[in-house]
Amino acid sequence: MKEIILAKFGEIVLKGLNKNNFEDALLRNVKRRLKRLGKFDYWKAQSTLYIKPLDDGIDVDEAVDRVKKVFGIAKVARAISVPKEWNEITAAVSAYLDEALACANTFKVKAKRADKKFPMSSPEICTELGGYILDNYPHLSVDVHNPDVVVNVEIRENAFIHAGSEDAAGGIPVGTSGRAMLLLSGGIDSPVAGYMMAKRGVSVSAIHFESPPYTSERARLKVEKLASIMAEYCGAINFHCVPFTEIQEVLREQAPEELFTILMRRLMMEVAQRICDKEDISALVTGESLGQVASQTMGAMVCTDNACRMPVFRPLIGMDKSEIVAISRKINTFETSIEPYEDCCTVFTPKHPKTRPVLQDVIDAQNSFDYEPLIQKCVEETKVYTITAF
Amino acid sequence: MAGAYVYKFLTAKSGKGTLDTPSLALNIIRKKFYSLIYFDNAATTKPCDEAVKAAANALTAAFGNPSSRHRVGMDAEILLRQARDRLAMSLGCAEDEIFFTSGATESNNTAILSACENKIKRLPRVVTTTVEHPSVKACFDKLEKLGAEVVRVAPDENGDITDKMIFDAVNDRTCLVSCMLVNNETGYVLPTAKAFAMIKRKYPDCITHCDAVQGFMKLPFKAKTLFADLISVSGHKIHGAKGVGVLFIKKGTKIAPFMLGGGQEKGFRSGTENLPAIAAMGEAVKLLTPTIDSRLQYVTELREYLVEKLSEIDGIEINSKPSALPYVTSIAMPNFKSETLLNYLSDRGICVSSGSACSKGKKSTVLQEFRISAEKTDSTLRVSFCAENTKAEIDELCKTLKRASGELCTIKRK
Repeated sequence: MKEIILAKFGEIVLKGLNKNNFEDALLRNVKRRLKRLGKFDYWKAQSTLYIKPLDDGIDVDEAVDRVKKVFGIAKVARAISVPKEWNEITAAVSAYLDEALACANTFKVKAKRADKKFPMSSPEICTELGGYILDNYPHLSVDVHNPDVVVNVEIRENAFIHAGSEDAAGGIPVGTSGRAMLLLSGGIDSPVAGYMMAKRGVSVSAIHFESPPYTSERARLKVEKLASIMAEYCGAINFHCVPFTEIQEVLREQAPEELFTILMRRLMMEVAQRICDKEDISALVTGESLGQVASQTMGAMVCTDNACRMPVFRPLIGMDKSEIVAISRKINTFETSIEPYEDCCTVFTPKHPKTRPVLQDVIDAQNSFDYEPLIQKCVEETKVYTITAF
Repeated sequence: MAGAYVYKFLTAKSGKGTLDTPSLALNIIRKKFYSLIYFDNAATTKPCDEAVKAAANALTAAFGNPSSRHRVGMDAEILLRQARDRLAMSLGCAEDEIFFTSGATESNNTAILSACENKIKRLPRVVTTTVEHPSVKACFDKLEKLGAEVVRVAPDENGDITDKMIFDAVNDRTCLVSCMLVNNETGYVLPTAKAFAMIKRKYPDCITHCDAVQGFMKLPFKAKTLFADLISVSGHKIHGAKGVGVLFIKKGTKIAPFMLGGGQEKGFRSGTENLPAIAAMGEAVKLLTPTIDSRLQYVTELREYLVEKLSEIDGIEINSKPSALPYVTSIAMPNFKSETLLNYLSDRGICVSSGSACSKGKKSTVLQEFRISAEKTDSTLRVSFCAENTKAEIDELCKTLKRASGELCTIKRK
């Protein structure tokens, strides 16, 4: 009795004539995530992606976990598929759901008949199968409102039997909404921001600024690990590592202390944009949340955005820290994010940063020194590599 | 075994390429070679050649289970006995008072938790200090949760703990007093022996435990001169192997076994003995015991040299007291963060640590207990010697620190 995975599409079912683009992207992403687990057969029908393991040794639990993390899928169920014969269906129910039914007190049957040639209607299937289950498991009673087990029967080209579906990642498939560059520091927020953008179909690249010796090699390994966790959702991530020490040292010497962070962020944006231009990436993503720290006030963001030629997406802008932490726990980046290493944003933080900087002051401060050669050097010396999920 | 030896450093690949396991980017071997200067001997030491040989022998020729009755088991048992004898000799005790554990953390946990297990209801008070290693501190925190009355002796305003302070904390309802011999972050030598002697004279039933990890094979002491019923020591701090420690239990001290099972170590610590590490520790002890005094003298010279050299650099302060054990020197460069200095030195092949290696990034409360200002604890480096370090290496360290203070940006504005 081989199990099969049913992945129900999310909001892409609402798409119009370009629906195929979305479905193809989704299929590509699912295939990529399952490739290493073994051989699968895939087919689409009625807003559902059917994934059938072809080898015996395939770890279906792991496959389900992976499919659940692919954006574009709303629900995932594991089912068994049998011919559309009544005997086969009842036999499959008592074999496949035996354990669940034996442990439960109440149940209900839900039927869906997509194949209208099947002789029984959905309510008929429910009554008949309910009767069969009551005969075989006399301790059970029917509860249509709060059942312990829901026995689902879907009549399509085959009959599929499963005990309910689980929520999956939702969203739309990665790769259908363009490419953006995530500023990944290593804290709690930025991986969550990347996750949220990927959920809306953005294919995410990451840029990380490192300042050895103020930051350590361990800090970079930590960020790479974060990227690899994100890659479970976002797909492979192009990781850019920018050596940022020199700019920070010069800023430290030249810039007014209270503007240090803002100027640093402006220069980071500049470096990021130049790399984006080279790689044909059209937007930036940051993990900023309004008012969380001094560089994330509205005034500070106005000053930062003034240095930007492309849109800067801030998906966490209206979220509280606790909400961000909840997502980061959900996507499993939290434990890595809180490893205690110095990152480029915390080195040299001024004691009293300006929370309401005046744009002209910031521009003047930036123009008082020629940062161009340093920026160029940063861009040239950036290391790029691809980070995939494990 | 000079301090400098060749060490391969690893780096991530530059340019575009695929790294399947990014956190293991280290798979790609750097082609740089550095001579390494190792000043982190309080974290762990390089195993001596004799220890390595002994471990290799126990992994190959004498691979047997010491509890087996056959020939191979017999060979292993002989090695185990040899190691036990050597440890007994070094601590001046009987061989049946030596119990091998998985390391000092287990020794400390067993000693503290098991010694109190049955007595805590009758004698609810336990005494320790505020400068202990986390493996001791955590045990007392647990005892406190279980309802014990925990007294933690803190250093006075000069950062000193006197024997009288420890003695005064003990009363006739005290079941255990635990006090380290040498502090791991500053090298401060606690008056443990004197305090224990006074305590044992007045309250003979009070169990005394000493975490002697940082003093073992560095200070001349015996179980008797320490007046301790329980002593914890570790293998990898004395040029042995990791994964082995010893708990000395004075005959007549009642301690409940901590690990149950096959009855190894006279039923006290079940689990097949970690023979390679035990044999290595035995060899290391054999090698180091006769040279405790001469090494101490040599390292004292090193410390004096270090202090003299450091005084030539502006802005460096010594946290450790002149009376501290010369093996460990805590220094501070208040203008820089520890992590920055650590990375800078590490890139140039010099290994020191900030505070203690166990806490990896966490703030040290122990330094604050020793009345070292918060500003300095953020900027602290720990330089810990072994007898293989040389003055030339100290020169290199001081030269590099001096260069660092010129090259790096300071935390404070000029």
